[in-house]
Amino acid sequence: MLLIKCPYCGERDQSEFTNGGEAHVTRPKNPELETDRGWAEYVFIRSNPKGIYYERWVHSHGCKKWFNAVRNTSTDEILLSYKIGETPPPIKKFQNRLKSPSGEPDVGSGNFAVKKP
Amino acid sequence: MWRSPEPRKFYDIIIVGGGGHGLGTAYYLAKEHGLKNIAVIEKGWLGGGNTGRNTTIIRSNYLWDESAHLYDHSLKLWENLSTELNYNVMFSQRGVLNLAHNEHDIKEIKRRVSANQLNGIDSHWADPKEIKKLVPIMNINNCRYPVLGASFQPRGGVARHDAVAWGYAMRADELGVDVIQNCEVKKIRTKNGKVHGVETTKGIIRAKRVGVVASGHTGVLAETAGVRLPLQSKPLQALVSEPIKPVINTVVMSNAVHAYVSQSDKGELVIGAGTDGYNSFTQRGGYNIIEDTIRSIIELYPIFGKMKMLRQWGGIVDICPDASPIISKCEIEGLYFNCGWGTGGFKATPGSANLFAHTIAKDKAHSINAPFSLERFVSGRLVDEHGAAAVAH
Repeated sequence: MLLIKCPYCGERDQSEFTNGGEAHVTRPKNPELETDRGWAEYVFIRSNPKGIYYERWVHSHGCKKWFNAVRNTSTDEILLSYKIGETPPPIKKFQNRLKSPSGEPDVGSGNFAVKKP
Repeated sequence: MWRSPEPRKFYDIIIVGGGGHGLGTAYYLAKEHGLKNIAVIEKGWLGGGNTGRNTTIIRSNYLWDESAHLYDHSLKLWENLSTELNYNVMFSQRGVLNLAHNEHDIKEIKRRVSANQLNGIDSHWADPKEIKKLVPIMNINNCRYPVLGASFQPRGGVARHDAVAWGYAMRADELGVDVIQNCEVKKIRTKNGKVHGVETTKGIIRAKRVGVVASGHTGVLAETAGVRLPLQSKPLQALVSEPIKPVINTVVMSNAVHAYVSQSDKGELVIGAGTDGYNSFTQRGGYNIIEDTIRSIIELYPIFGKMKMLRQWGGIVDICPDASPIISKCEIEGLYFNCGWGTGGFKATPGSANLFAHTIAKDKAHSINAPFSLERFVSGRLVDEHGAAAVAH
């Protein structure tokens, strides 16, 4: 289970939170001009990286506020959490300690065959 | 067994992912379409991904015509698979119950049963009396979520997951397919909108056509070719108990409380949980999910209360917004995807492989998998199976 830092309440158990999927998804600026493919992108397609991921959480059983977090999806390590409206930190700020291109980490995955150098 | 060849420089067709779906695809490409010069590339060992991590439930009681045709095509192939492969996949049609715990479940399941019957699928509504007769150890009315009824599909059941991968691997190998293990595909190479090959840990391998069947990692690989798929990868957990004498001779699934149980031939209870609530590639998942599932299991089957669990694990499943799979071409010529099976891919193994082989061989979808194209997310013609998919997406 994760220990998540709510920017308002501090570190709490994951069971108090609900995940809200990818953060910083923007609605099409000119909806009336958007194509079907553009809408498909906005409605259905989300980033799904193995590595650094910007996501939303809501402190459902706490202050009930939404906030953003940066997590490494290959280790589940939460690197940072910040308030809604704050500028997202650049991805370069985070070190990606993945050992193979599809992202087998030092810890946390079952497939050891590809970890050999 | 199968050979372990070094990869050649060039193949007509490369299948990325050596699970049941991938190995099956190679088998049907060689067997039904007479194609040669095919390789299956697997980053670990055969069936070591989700093929070896699922709870092996097989059924076809899906709501919409499109899905019913797809999953029943698969179920029909299952019924003859041991003979087809001359290898015992231990397919056991012990029936599958899907429990209803509230008014909404009753309505949804009855609707689905009716839809199944119109599609010729052997599903019927079982009342609590019939359930109690099928599973005497179940506590049906003295619990927080009483059992009010269920759908029952007698043709459903379980199979031996490893045997499926091994059976397909052996027969594909006999037909000349190169099964390459411990070779990870790092990148899909494209040139002028056409697929050119793959970069692997054993070097660059060129190919005319590439089919990606990498379950949870399909989206990651697609990105390397610049294709964005509507997939989200999440851990799905399962666990097995110590072995006991036979106590349950069918498969019981409970969508509402996330408790999925069957008993393996070794006597272990095979228990499935729900997905974790966030994207992740760690093949573990969180204990809160296991706790919820165990709580429901103990309420439904008080007799299991003092049992010990042997192992717990997670697999990474790729989930589509409509809980239906994608078996499709894409904008890059010669690149095909078979993904989005989410929490229920095992049951579809033979059907999925068979149809994916057709799609790759003919460069055109079979009429059964045509509705499961990537195009549906643009046209909006989704196949919403959140109800029948059981494990919540």
